Amino acid sequence: MIPAVALVLGVVLGLALHPTVPAALQPYLPIAVVAALDAMFGAVRAQLDRIFDDRVFVISFVSNVLVAGLVVFLGDQLGVGGQLSTGVVVVLGIRIFTNAAAIRRHLFRA
Amino acid sequence: MKGLSRVLRPRARRVDVLVAVLLLLLGFGLAVQVRSTQSDGLLASARQEDLVQILDELSNRGDRLRQEVTSLTQTKSRLTSGSGAAEAALTEARRRTQLLGVIAGTVAATGPGVLVRITDPKTQVSASVLLDALEELRNAGAEAVQLEGTGAAGAVVAVRVVAQSSLSDDPQGVVVDGTKLVAPYRFVVVGDPSTLSGAMAIPGGVEDAVHQLDGNTVVTRAQHVRVGALRALVAPRYARPSPN
Repeated sequence: MIPAVALVLGVVLGLALHPTVPAALQPYLPIAVVAALDAMFGAVRAQLDRIFDDRVFVISFVSNVLVAGLVVFLGDQLGVGGQLSTGVVVVLGIRIFTNAAAIRRHLFRA
Repeated sequence: MKGLSRVLRPRARRVDVLVAVLLLLLGFGLAVQVRSTQSDGLLASARQEDLVQILDELSNRGDRLRQEVTSLTQTKSRLTSGSGAAEAALTEARRRTQLLGVIAGTVAATGPGVLVRITDPKTQVSASVLLDALEELRNAGAEAVQLEGTGAAGAVVAVRVVAQSSLSDDPQGVVVDGTKLVAPYRFVVVGDPSTLSGAMAIPGGVEDAVHQLDGNTVVTRAQHVRVGALRALVAPRYARPSPN
């Protein structure tokens, strides 16, 4: 319950404060968001599998975001930033779909 | 921190707070990213090389559009000057039409000239005498000529005399371009009056010839004569304008 409230509160804060993203962070924010979404869906699935562990969630969340950002940063340095961020989004998207499918099976038994 | 979280949620552990903070950050980032994508469009989130490419494309397009503007401006100026030339050509064509109309007899002509009245009491003046008179007038620079005589109905009939005009004899008078005329005849001629009247008075010329036929020739100079008889323009049946 608390995490859901926190998520909604974050969305409301982001909409209300309307901050400008620093130019240096602009390429990484969308990737970080997608990576965090992946971690969140994984957490929901683990919760439904009754194997959820807060420590694992925190570590996977942070590492997901950091690794995704690092990969994109590396890509930028190598001149393939656009392609690498596309690749990261594709991989994370596939994971999100997999997790969403597992959640669906849990919730609807289908 | 620990105390505060304990007040809010007595059973909360530190890791729960961490989870909540992470999700708060996730929601925050999500909202900010969506907001910035919506407000700034694609450009704000685009990468530097993409921006450079977009800028390149834009400047290329600008160049192309500028070239198009230049060529269109040239076309416009060409067309406007062309329409001026077309107007001048039209004016010139109208002027030529008027001049050619005077020669072809489709336009009335006025100007200085002479009136040559030829009486023929004995019906002796033939078409050849009138033709001689016409040739003399032409040689003297007659620019527009009409021949008048008494028509079949008794009224004065005028026939415009042009290059193709024909004169033939008739028992009572002459036939000019199919129109029967009876004496007295009168040439109305536009041209230089003194030259024309001089041409009539040449010894052995028109006046003498008419006199020998018991007729009389009266030449009147005028500063203003009007050749008002018109001739229908007949389109040539075989001849076509040649491009050169």
